[in-house]
Amino acid sequence: MSPGSQHTSWSIVFRIAWRNLWRNHRRSLIMLSAIALGLWGMIWMTALMRGMVDQMIDSSIKTLSGHIQIHAPGYLDDPSIEYLMPPLDESPALQSLLGTDDVVAWSQRIRVPAVIRSERDVIAVTLVGIDPEKEKGLSFIGDSVTEGDYLTSVDDNKLLVGKKLLERLETRLNRRVVLMSQDPENNIAERGFRIGGMFDTDLEATETGYVFAGLETVRKMLKMGPGVSEISLLSHDYRQLDPLLEKTRSAAPAADVKSWIEQDPYMGSMLAVMDGFVLVWFTVIFLALSFGLVNTLLMAVFERTREIGLVQALGMKSTNILYMVLIESIIMLLMGLAAGNILSWLTILPLKDGIDVSSVAAGMEFAGMSSTLLPAVKMYDVVLANLLVLVLGIAASLFPAWRASRKVPIEAITRVWQ
Amino acid sequence: MTIEITNAVKCRGVSKVFSQGELAVHALTDIDLDIAAGEFVCLSGSSGSGKTTLLNMIGGLDVATTGEITVAGKRLDKMPMSELADLRLQHIGFVFQAYNLIPVLSARENVEFVMQLQGIEADQRRVNAMEILQQVGLTGMEDRRPAELSGGQQQRVAVARAIVSKPALILADEPTANLDSENSDKLMTLMRELNSQIGTTFIISTHDEGVMAFAKRLIRLHDGRIVSDEAI
Repeated sequence: MSPGSQHTSWSIVFRIAWRNLWRNHRRSLIMLSAIALGLWGMIWMTALMRGMVDQMIDSSIKTLSGHIQIHAPGYLDDPSIEYLMPPLDESPALQSLLGTDDVVAWSQRIRVPAVIRSERDVIAVTLVGIDPEKEKGLSFIGDSVTEGDYLTSVDDNKLLVGKKLLERLETRLNRRVVLMSQDPENNIAERGFRIGGMFDTDLEATETGYVFAGLETVRKMLKMGPGVSEISLLSHDYRQLDPLLEKTRSAAPAADVKSWIEQDPYMGSMLAVMDGFVLVWFTVIFLALSFGLVNTLLMAVFERTREIGLVQALGMKSTNILYMVLIESIIMLLMGLAAGNILSWLTILPLKDGIDVSSVAAGMEFAGMSSTLLPAVKMYDVVLANLLVLVLGIAASLFPAWRASRKVPIEAITRVWQ
Repeated sequence: MTIEITNAVKCRGVSKVFSQGELAVHALTDIDLDIAAGEFVCLSGSSGSGKTTLLNMIGGLDVATTGEITVAGKRLDKMPMSELADLRLQHIGFVFQAYNLIPVLSARENVEFVMQLQGIEADQRRVNAMEILQQVGLTGMEDRRPAELSGGQQQRVAVARAIVSKPALILADEPTANLDSENSDKLMTLMRELNSQIGTTFIISTHDEGVMAFAKRLIRLHDGRIVSDEAI
């Protein structure tokens, strides 16, 4: 050490800061609780909101949308049999893309408006011809059949009908119904089906809106060629679709390729609103916290004015005094954050099976959610909440720390000397 | 670290005026003073005579309104706050009248505090602190916090802290004000011994005749002026 220079002794600065923190147990514990509860509020509320939005998006994606859909141009404006895509054999680039690791699951479908008739009622539905094996893991139908049997192949003659639709048609499993649609020549195409399975979903609109049969069976019924209405595919992350979207558009330049957000702008805007809401929510909670933090530190600095004067008189530099107050604040913030994270974990873990909101299920379904709300804890949100409280907390502590470091020794110590 | 200085303290035309609204209070007026290294000086005078103000300015805690103060060969009025802090750390020990210790540190840690800021190794700090605490009669009380020590014991810890790093100058403001006569005598005896053994310069403010009896040089202040300056 050169003569005249002062060593920044972190151990003494840290020791004094740590012990100062516990001089007023009650005040420190209240502040720690406020930080912990603030962080818990940030994480818990965000997990709940994320869970709601995730469910809405997941529900939308699983209701046949997938992450990306490929259609013939014009189909989305008039989803009829007139707008068909050529078979995949004629598009080797697209076929090759669908076989890459970027695509988690994909399937071809025929999807046309139809009318279903039982002995009791006639209801308009969407008839979907599917490849049953490929739908598993792609859309809801793969794991929603609760009674009867799922389709076994593209040639399966059975029909899958939703639970609510069965009720409305006043029919049941194994009974026959008649499906009626238009063939490519605009003639009526009609066929009888035995109801082979009943599917049950969280959304009544899905149960009443769709019926499913094997892809080839529907093709024969509609007297159509090898084309399909749509190809739906799933990627790894519904937020990171741009690269795959570009590749798909390159592989199928004549087709109409759209992401789930483009197909459902309402959901896309919900996602953007949610991200904004998280930041606003975090900011509001932090502002409330910061007032408490600054007040606590200012009180502590005020109470220790004479001590600050004493250590200044003994030769401690202003920067070390600033560090002392900042470290006290950082310790308090870190402890509060640790407690808040543990509290969040302890309160969210028991809810891993979801929160039963069946008492408001009708309203939830209207928003596209099920009657069980699953909190979704995103690491990004947890890290953001922790960093926000820590970084802005330190920033808020700078003022009291600066006040402490700028005290004039004689003014601080005068209370004792005179 | 002992600094050899011919003139430990030099004051030339030092005045201090405190403003209280429109009222100007002349705490010190035109003080000329030389204190050589190794002196044991008492500043005496009644309350308000300017003893504490003079000590504050010599210690670099306060700034003279006019005049020059030189300590350890350095002009205090030319020094920024950070250099003043270094000067206090390296060359000056303080003993205040009361509230001398950092409440959250033990007696040993209080004594080690200055050494720690000076960057002395932990082992050496501990040895020095234990030796000096033994010297001031506080063996066995090293781990007690200030609240667990009597007023006299606290003052002895403060003296131990002031002398442990062997500064050139020790400034003590009414160090015995809160002590009984027995403890007061013990403390003053200790400071005289240190002055004789190590050659540390002491400037002690007091209005206690018992303390003045220990002085080698007695400077009397009245209404901010030196009225007498005599070797004893």
